[in-house]
Amino acid sequence: MAQTFETHNQDNMTLSIGPHHPATHGVLRVILELNGETIIKATPETGFLHTGIEKQAENLTWNQATAVVDRMDYLNSIGNNVGYCLAVEKLLGITDRIPERATVARVILMELQRLTSHLVYIGTGGLDLGAMTPFFWAFDLREQILDIFEEVTGQRMNPSYMRVGGLAHDLPDHFKEIVTNFLKVAPGKMQDLRNLILGNPIFIDRTRNVAKISQEKALALGLTGHNLRITGCDYDVRKHYPYCGYENYDFKVPVRQNGDLFDRIAIRFDEVDESLKIIKQGLDNLPDGDHIINDRKLVLPPKHEVRESMEALIHHFKLVQQGFDVPQGEVYQFMESPRGELGFYVISDGGNKPVRMRVRGPAFYATYALKELLVGHYVGDMAGIIAGVDPVFGEVDR
Amino acid sequence: MSKLEMIERGNAAREKVNAEIVPALLEAFKEKAELIAPTNDLIPQVFVTPGALLDVALWLKDRGFNVLVDVAGADYYPRREPRFEVIYHFRQFPALGMIRVRVRCRELDQPSTLSHIWPMADAPEREVYDQFGVKFKDHPEMKRILNPDDWEGHPLRRDYPLRGPRALISLEMPAEQNRFAAFVDEADATTEGK
Repeated sequence: MAQTFETHNQDNMTLSIGPHHPATHGVLRVILELNGETIIKATPETGFLHTGIEKQAENLTWNQATAVVDRMDYLNSIGNNVGYCLAVEKLLGITDRIPERATVARVILMELQRLTSHLVYIGTGGLDLGAMTPFFWAFDLREQILDIFEEVTGQRMNPSYMRVGGLAHDLPDHFKEIVTNFLKVAPGKMQDLRNLILGNPIFIDRTRNVAKISQEKALALGLTGHNLRITGCDYDVRKHYPYCGYENYDFKVPVRQNGDLFDRIAIRFDEVDESLKIIKQGLDNLPDGDHIINDRKLVLPPKHEVRESMEALIHHFKLVQQGFDVPQGEVYQFMESPRGELGFYVISDGGNKPVRMRVRGPAFYATYALKELLVGHYVGDMAGIIAGVDPVFGEVDR
Repeated sequence: MSKLEMIERGNAAREKVNAEIVPALLEAFKEKAELIAPTNDLIPQVFVTPGALLDVALWLKDRGFNVLVDVAGADYYPRREPRFEVIYHFRQFPALGMIRVRVRCRELDQPSTLSHIWPMADAPEREVYDQFGVKFKDHPEMKRILNPDDWEGHPLRRDYPLRGPRALISLEMPAEQNRFAAFVDEADATTEGK
């Protein structure tokens, strides 16, 4: 910190923003060097929300770790769970044996979670640019999705609903009904939001040609997700390296060309439309059947069996006390989170706990890309640019 | 576009990496690179010595691996010596082939930084240093990124206790040798001593 102020130049002013500044979306500290009102150097500082999730996961059994994983990117908790479970399933070699119902339910819930994340992005992003109404409209719609999560998983924010092998418990009987009801209202409300934000001349003036980035630069800075797709690149893990059966769904990857802040926010609306399409197809194809893999070495036996069967009791006891062992090896499993490529690099030494669970957080790289993105812009645009790259500090700091 | 086109494209890219790039890499870096059998994720992987990392990265970049996906650290203590490993994932874009380069190193071996080739390597390399204590040669700013600047120890090492260094306090140690003595109050000492 001291060094920052020593390099003080007479013409320039050093301004430290955060970590408590509301515009920094949590706990980011940015040290800005200003010439007048123009930013000439920006140094992001992270770590204020570091909770040692990777360290904690090493001290929990494979299934227990799902509970810490979804507290990472708290706007995409179901997505984190699925990514982690996919990685462990790949290590176990049971990817092909996951029941179809579980896979489709995962896709539907992940896309719903993507909607909640995008709605927070749109709402708070608008707030950072001075627009109050989108915030309420977006959170109103988000509330309905959280109600669905409450019905399905029992929790609104951090459900820990995924288990290695499938879902924690089966979907409720009226699952199709509540999601269909949501799908009836969502497109209209999204259209309202889109008209409200993207048609607003003040919004357009404040975001057009701000924080522009080229495709080469974005790739070199490790940007993925919407930060990359606004530069004309169509990279989406769901299309390029399909997981969870995404190759069977009919959807497009929205791409925009300008690479500025306007595109960053506008592309979210296109992504929401595609997600709604995927949810609809998922609901139509949701099969009946098991919700979790039928393997007593990995999954707790049903409660009624535990009361009657000796073997079931032994399995129950063993799984609760010790968990299951995962063969030695390492796996890199990546997926498309709302923020980009979310990777899990998991190492096992054959025991009942991970040796290492590395998370490649897309927001981590996006936050450090602010070094380049902020330079040359006014301090007044800083809040909008930070909101634009969509950092979630649970994930950046882990 | 057919449904399975992307899967086929990915498989073809992987086959190409397996058939052409990996043997050529092993040929070009004899005794510095070593093949590892791929695991369930089927990404081809190689071990590389810390000294050869920069050359391997540049060599790969010439062959289309233009995206560095991630830099991760790992600690295999006490099962392996050298205990640390730095893991790089590279991707050919848009060809989609991937390769995993793993660098086994001791604490004082310094792999070269890749941040001058891929600016995104800057932050994760700082994270590896922060969490494991492996430094990178020529890195512009080798300081902590997640933990506070005055933090002691490197938390993701396998021998670092989950509850932090205070868990290592031994009450039998004489106070002048125990730098945590100041933090241990009388009440703690009596209950834990029993």
